[in-house]
This record gives sequence, structure tokens and C-alpha cells, in this order.
Amino acid sequence: MALATSTAEDTFPKLLIRNARIFAQRTAYRHKDLGIWRKWTWSQVHEEVRALALGLAALGLKRGDKLAIIGSNRPRLYWSMCAAQALGAVPVPMYADSVAEEMAYILDHAEVTIAVVEDQEQVDKILSISDRLPRLSQVIYDEPRGLRDYDHTRLKWIDEAQKLGRERLSGDGKAWWEASVAQGKGSDLAVILYTSGTTGQPKGVMLTFDNLVVSAVNANRFDSLGPDEEVIAYLPLAWVGDHMFSYAQPFAAGFCVNCPESPETVAENRREIGTTYAFAPPRIYENLLTLTMVRMEDASRLKRAAFNYFIALARRCGEKILNGEKVPLHTRLMYRLGDLLVYGPLRNRLGVSRVRLAYTAGEAIGPEIFRFWRSLGVNLKQLYGQTEASVYVTAQPDGEIYADTVGKPNIDVDIKVAESGEVLFKSPGVFAGYYKEPEKTAETKTPDGWVRTGDAGIIDAKTGHLKIIDRAKDVGRLNDGTLFAPKYIENKLKFYPNIREAVAFGDKRDFVCVMLNIDLTAVGSWAERNNIAYGSYQELAAHPAVYDMLAEHVEEVNRSLAEEPAMAGAQVRRFLILHKELDPDDGEITRTQKVRRRFIAERYAPLLAALYGGAGEADIATEVTFEDGRKGVLSARVKIRDVTPIPAPSVLDKAA
Amino acid sequence: MRAPTAGEVLLSVDDVSLAFGGVRAVTGVSFDIRKGEIRAIIGPNGAGKTSMLNVINGFYQPQRGRITFKGQTRSRMRPYEAAIGGIARTFQNVALFKGMTALDNIMAGRTLKMRRGFFWQIVRMGPALSEEMEHRLLVEEIIDFLKIQHIRKTPVGKLPYGLQKRVELGRALAMEPDLLLLDEPMAGMNLEEKEDMCRYILDLNEHFGTTIALIEHDMGVVMDLSNRVLVLDHGVKIADGTPAQVQADRAVVDAYLGVSH
Repeated sequence: MALATSTAEDTFPKLLIRNARIFAQRTAYRHKDLGIWRKWTWSQVHEEVRALALGLAALGLKRGDKLAIIGSNRPRLYWSMCAAQALGAVPVPMYADSVAEEMAYILDHAEVTIAVVEDQEQVDKILSISDRLPRLSQVIYDEPRGLRDYDHTRLKWIDEAQKLGRERLSGDGKAWWEASVAQGKGSDLAVILYTSGTTGQPKGVMLTFDNLVVSAVNANRFDSLGPDEEVIAYLPLAWVGDHMFSYAQPFAAGFCVNCPESPETVAENRREIGTTYAFAPPRIYENLLTLTMVRMEDASRLKRAAFNYFIALARRCGEKILNGEKVPLHTRLMYRLGDLLVYGPLRNRLGVSRVRLAYTAGEAIGPEIFRFWRSLGVNLKQLYGQTEASVYVTAQPDGEIYADTVGKPNIDVDIKVAESGEVLFKSPGVFAGYYKEPEKTAETKTPDGWVRTGDAGIIDAKTGHLKIIDRAKDVGRLNDGTLFAPKYIENKLKFYPNIREAVAFGDKRDFVCVMLNIDLTAVGSWAERNNIAYGSYQELAAHPAVYDMLAEHVEEVNRSLAEEPAMAGAQVRRFLILHKELDPDDGEITRTQKVRRRFIAERYAPLLAALYGGAGEADIATEVTFEDGRKGVLSARVKIRDVTPIPAPSVLDKAA
Repeated sequence: MRAPTAGEVLLSVDDVSLAFGGVRAVTGVSFDIRKGEIRAIIGPNGAGKTSMLNVINGFYQPQRGRITFKGQTRSRMRPYEAAIGGIARTFQNVALFKGMTALDNIMAGRTLKMRRGFFWQIVRMGPALSEEMEHRLLVEEIIDFLKIQHIRKTPVGKLPYGLQKRVELGRALAMEPDLLLLDEPMAGMNLEEKEDMCRYILDLNEHFGTTIALIEHDMGVVMDLSNRVLVLDHGVKIADGTPAQVQADRAVVDAYLGVSH
């Protein structure tokens, strides 16, 4: 049962007050700390947020100010967002793994006056750039370890801030809090989320309360999410997806958000809680599948036999059963047996026993992976959205699930495809604009309120679902006129567990080349099993046997491209395996794992020249940035392989 | 570099000699460790550094010499006397209980602090249970400090070497020692792991005031971390002073680079 909101509850602080009234004793937040799960009910959260808000006000936060929030998923960081909003200030969550340079840009651009951060690491980063941030007056930290001896003139422990706030409660605190919350309205700015741009500097997407609350209420209604749901907050809190799933939707529906102990314990924590609703980028679902397959290789003969038999069965009928289609009785009974012996225990191991709904978005998901999860009985669906849409543009309704579409428009969302192929949308979630960037806003929002997504797509005639092909500006053409959609090719390659990342080149060139990254887990375990010794990632990536294996994958992809008349000319002719993994710290991919093709082309120019020049190998020396900001140089001699393209079937027919 | 501390002397070793038959491990070594300092003990392989720690710890009994710890002088120290007195240590080759989980290993470090008797521990009710919870809280804080939550329940034998060393450090910390003896804590670690370990050692020293004696081969670590350095070679003390003094000392340079005798 989804809870609609009346117009009276159009901001998150107001929703908090409502939740403290109607869900007072229900658990709102949990955090595993020092080995045990600590919990807070909605009425306790209300008390904590109020104390924090009054404390922040005492420290100088005013209406219209910006509050930066930097750290991993901790309850008090989420509560800071609400506390700021209660004062009419605007939270600006930032990526916890940003380097100091990136932070300096955003803190300055957003004109942040107070920052709430998680721990010593973040404090140190800010202190290293504090001379460039004259507006920053206070830094507040959640975790005091290591900070005892620091200079506390502009540094405060969050408990201290709350203590200041609680002192005011004996006076006019309560009344002041209520008046301040009442002042907020739906059209006010709720949050600024900086997108980690694939090109240029990050842009600050401004979202109002109406954007978020209405989108959240609609999303809860679309999937019937009520106060009993349990989710785990593990995605970056600077990302709109986390803001929606771990902040906006829980506030709107009253369900519980669980914060894990540390990034390494997320999988275990998810299992412990038994979350009911999951969201993850395709990579996570893929990694879990790879891990399962790798582990099964080491299992006993009996277990492997049972696994293989029942997984094959699930492949045949599992999805049909999930979709509610007709299936013969004996098959259904066998599936039930499989559920008892294999699927149930597997779901339990993966932590998805109680998941009734799992979403994926952000990238295309491999059809094999998608079908595997659905055949296990997990209701995995795709959705499509952006920060500029407050997440939701399209989602797959139950019963209409296909591996290669992103679904139909959400409630109150309209979409259309322009002549250029670009997808546009209009919805209550449309962002207010880019902060301090009116020209960029005008480029993205048309005068009549439509937003350009920047993605090229088509609406499938048969199903009415939207299919995304690629980023609009990345779609190009080979010199012979063939359509070149790099993402399309890269996705097909990334569907193989051995290939972690792929970058395709071909625009204004004679043929298509790709640079590949191997997946260390999958290829490493394959190497162990096949007695291939390696001392480093670089060595494994250069091994001829690995090249052979990847050449097979490339050939298979070429085969599937050959089957589509529009894509047959875009088959891969040459490829190489990069000596190092593409890394956000080196600027090669964004923090949400999207490749920066132009940047990579510049950085690996010698390799690119060799690919198109016909050389069999090339030398490359790249500057890399270590986690602490120091730089080093990584050099390698990379081999290049040729792949013979497959003639299109029509040509073969003609010849015959 | 860090300046020498001005604290009182916590441990002093007086003219200690240790020999195994004809092998003279340590000959006539005297030095002290001041409260709150990080003391590095360095020297080429076979210099007698680990033997020196073993003598302080009570594993080996020296033939000659005395050890004064917290004002009490002894010529023979038993290992349990050292432990109860507040000396904890880690080992060069990691001496954890391989079949037990990381959590249990660190809890084992609390053994000497457990007050309730055998009977209550078996029954695990009432006073024994509340005592266990107190110990568990401290152990969890150590786990949090060392960032090993994700391997809490993993049998230690399955862990990679770097993590095993961290667990062993955790076990030593669980004893809440006054003097922590670390035997090559950075051995076998890559740069990132070394930096993490250095961070832990510094935090222990700066925030909890733990006195630390460490044997280490990485000169960078020794120079950056220690207040004073003791140099041994062939069982004999050849230098004792600040890192800068020791680095410039002729005898030390000769010992490491080798000089024809």
C-alpha cells in the first residue's frame, strides 16, 4: 500500500513530521556499527533531525545556504539533508571518493558554507584545500576517530552540534523548528546533485521538493511500495538513484533504510537484513553471477550436477513461471523441486530471498544475466532515467519484461523521439535547471518544457517499449556510411564475464577497433584452472591464451552484428587488451563507471594510431594517479590482434 | 622525523647477554625505552633483534643482565609475568590460531583480563555473559579501528598474509598493553598496506599513548616513525640515538654495507 501525500506534506521535513506521527514506533533507519545493528524509529529520527537542524542554525546555517555532505551511507549524513532542508538551506551531497581537486571545484561552485563529512579522511581532504574555500566556515564530522588533536576552531563533532541544538529546545527551539519547516514549500529547491560528467566539469542539477516528492510518490505507487519495505543504502549518496531510493521514497512511504557496516560488508549485510527491494547497476548483478559460477567450479560433483541440471531447467521455464504464463504441470513441479534444492539456497546466499522487486539501470544489461536472475525467480526489471528527471523516465511494468528494452513511461511521464533519434521527456520530475549555468540549461530544456536526454533511442513498434541505442552525440558513421553506435558494440562485448570494459572506435574511420579490459576475477580464476601463471594484472592481460579467449568473444560478437543489416559493416576488425584497468581516478571513466571515449582516445593515442596503422603491437606509457593523489608512470608493450569479419548472411545466400 | 620524547623510562635493559651454546645471540646490550615513545630496533639479519625482544618478553632467559620494567627489576622474566605486567607483542611469522576466526583470536587477547572463573565461563550466564559483552565491545572497537569487519568471522588460516598481521596486531591491542613489541610488522606488505600499518602505529602512539618498540627493515618507516633508534650488529649495540644521528653513524653504515674486517 503506497502512501499518497496531501498537498500539506510537500517537503521532506514535513514528511518527517508526518512519519513521526503515523509511523512513530516503526524502524526508519538501521546502521551496523561495532558488530550490531542499531536502529532508530521515525519518532527518534525526528528528534535527531530537529536537534541537528537547531545546531546547524546555531552554527550559522541560514535559509538559502548550501550544505555539503560528503561520506558513505550513514544515517546522520541522510539526516543532515533533512536538517538543512528544514532550515531552508540546500544540501549538496558529494562523492566520498572524490579527490581534493574535484571537491574544491564543487565546494567553490556551489558556494558551500558548511560541510558535514563522515570521517578523518574527508576532513583531511578539505583541510588540504581550505585556503581555496574562503566561504567554508565550519566542517562537521560524524566519526571522531583520529580527529581528537585537530584544531577545532572550525571543526566540530556532530554530537556537539546536536548538543547545541538540544540546548535551544528548552527555550523557543520547538516552536522555531515547526515555524521553519512550515515555511518550506514544494517549489523550493530541495537538493543540488552534481553529475559526474563524461565531458567537461560536473554540472549541478537543481531539484525541487515537488520534483522529488511527486516522483517518489508516483514510483511508490507504480511498484506498490509501502512502509514494510527494507532497503540497503550502499550506492553513492551523491547519486540521484540513492537520493531517490534511500531518501525520497522512504520518506514518502515510511519504509526502512539499512546502512551497512563498511563497503566490504555490503553483501553480507544485505543477507542479514533480507532486503525486499533491490536496486543495482547491471555490473553488480553480473558480478554476483560471475562469483556464483566461479564458486560452482570448485563445488563437489553432486552439487555441480544438481546446479547444472536445475539451472538449465530454470532457463527453459523459470521466466515463464515468473511472468505467470502457462507451463505444463510436471515442469512446474520440477521447478518447485529446483526451488527447494537450488534456487532457494542460491537466492539466500546472494541475499535476495525476500526481494520482491529488483531494478537495474544506468547501462544495458547482458540478456544472459538478465534471464538468469529472472529464471531464478527474482523479479528483475529495467528502468531508464537521469538526474535531470529525478530518476524516473521509463520502467518495465510487471508482465512486460524484455532483456533489450527499458520499458514504458512512468506515471505522469511523457516521452517522444525527435527526428534526430534523440529521446525527450516531460514529467513532474523535470529539474529546475543547472545551478549557475543558464546556457547549459537552455541547451537541455526546450522552451515548451521538454528535456533532451542526450540518448538516442527508438520506440519498439511491437511492445511500445523504449529501446536505448547509445548516447546521441556518440552515434557516428564509418567512412563507408555504416552506422556506428559504439555503446551497442561495447555492451555486446561486456556481456561476457571475461570482459570488464570495452571502448570502441570507428567514427570517421574505415573500420571498427576496440580496446578491452579483462575482468580480473573471471579471467584470474580461469587462469588458475588452466595452469596459467601470472604475477600481475598486466602480465595476465598480455598473455596469448587470454588474447585467444577474447578473440573468440569478439568473433561471436561480430557474428551477432553480421545478423543485423544496419550493423553488419560495423564489425570489429582489430582489438587489443589494455595493460591496466580503466580507472575513475585517472579520469578514464566516470565515478558511475561510464567510459570517457574522447579522453581515452587522447590518452592512449599511440595505441589508437597502431590499431588503425596496422601495427602488430605498440608501446604505451601512461601516467597513473594512486589513491593518495601521487602520480606514477605505467608502461607496457601492448599486442594487437586482427579479427576476420563475418560476411553478412545475405552475401552468403547470394553466393550460394 | 620525530624528536625524542622526554618521558620517564618504562623499560631498561642492563648488560644483557644471551647465548645458545656457542652462538652468542646478544652480548652485553644495555638500552632503555621511554614511556610514550616509538623505539626502533634495527640491524642486519642475525643481529639479535628478535632475540632481544624474546628476552624482554620472557621467552628466553639471558645468562647475564637484568631487565627493569615499570620500576621492578628482574633477572628472570616469565612470559605470563610480562603479559600481566602489560607487555604485548606480535611475531615475525604470525602466531595466530589458524582454525579460529579473527574475532576469536582477538578475544583470546582478553584472556588475562577475564575475571570470572571457569564455572561461570562454561555456563555463560549472568556475570560471565555481561563480562563477555564488555570484552566484546572493546574487541569490536579494535576491529573497527583496524578495519577488519569484513573478515570478523573468517578463519584466520584463510586470510592473506597482510590481513593476518593486522589480526595479530588486534590481538596484541586487546591486551591494552603499556609496551607493545612489534616484530617486523611491515614484512611482506605492499606500499598501501605499509602506509595503513604506519597509520595504525602512529594512531596508537599518539592517541592512546602506547609505548612501542619495533623491529623493522624498511628504513623509510624507521626514519619517519621512530623517536629513537637502537642499532644491533652481531649481538652487540653499535649505535643508539635519534634517527638522524644513527643514519649518519659510520659504524651503522659499515654494518649495513659491509666492510672487510
